[in-house]
Amino acid sequence: MPEAPAGTLYRGREGMWSWVAHRVTGFLIFFFLLVHVLDTALVRVSPEAYNAVIGTYKNPIMGLGEAGLVAAIVLHAFNGIRVMLVDFWSKGTRYHRVMLWVVVGLFVVTMAFFLPRHLGNVFGGE
Amino acid sequence: MTTTTIAAPRSRPPRRGRTTGRSNYELYAWVFMRASGVLLLVLIFGHLFMNLIAGDGIKAVDFGFVAGKWASPLWQVWDLLMLWLAMIHGTNGIRTIINDYAERTGTRVVLKTALYLAFTVTVVLGTLVIFTFDPCPAGASADLLPSFCTG
Repeated sequence: MPEAPAGTLYRGREGMWSWVAHRVTGFLIFFFLLVHVLDTALVRVSPEAYNAVIGTYKNPIMGLGEAGLVAAIVLHAFNGIRVMLVDFWSKGTRYHRVMLWVVVGLFVVTMAFFLPRHLGNVFGGE
Repeated sequence: MTTTTIAAPRSRPPRRGRTTGRSNYELYAWVFMRASGVLLLVLIFGHLFMNLIAGDGIKAVDFGFVAGKWASPLWQVWDLLMLWLAMIHGTNGIRTIINDYAERTGTRVVLKTALYLAFTVTVVLGTLVIFTFDPCPAGASADLLPSFCTG
């Protein structure tokens, strides 16, 4: 039985999964961006129309969605820096795995700062 | 006596490569993704901080909040730059995904046409909104407007 070649950058493991995560988060962020420009465009319709739609962003379900959106953006942003280091830093390819765990660590720290703050606003009282 | 014609030495050799007339388009797209990515990190983190973290976060966002921000040229330029860079960056990303997964030429053409249409509509709409925004529209009730409309 033939064995799969080992040690190929994009065959499984951290390199491939970070590539998948980058692609999925980028895809999701793009479609939010289209919606977000449309909802913001309602400021040209009337203050009432804008406030009505932006009001839906304040309910708990949308609040959780915003937490997910920010998580996607933060991961995409930090991993994007990692991609650039792999491309431009002479030792980038050697440390790409370590850098992924640095990205995950920074992501956890950023979300640990953001989530209590945001969810407090969403679920907290007036 | 016969003369022999010898070709001039060191004449330019025939050009190699680049004979297909292809451009460096994909290289520029690759560079743009990285350059815009760095700028977008700053622009979007600043945007998220102002709108979701500072003050009461999402609870504070309404027409008056947007009008207050766009009263400053800084946030107008910030949002305009963010709109254009994010839309080009995102559209190029989706273009790459379409090229990777849509195997039939017809499918690629349809998907990319829809993508470029969405790009154009969104960028034009967003740009017009930023440049034609009226913070104090006539006939709106004063309690929905920023304080400087009545002052």
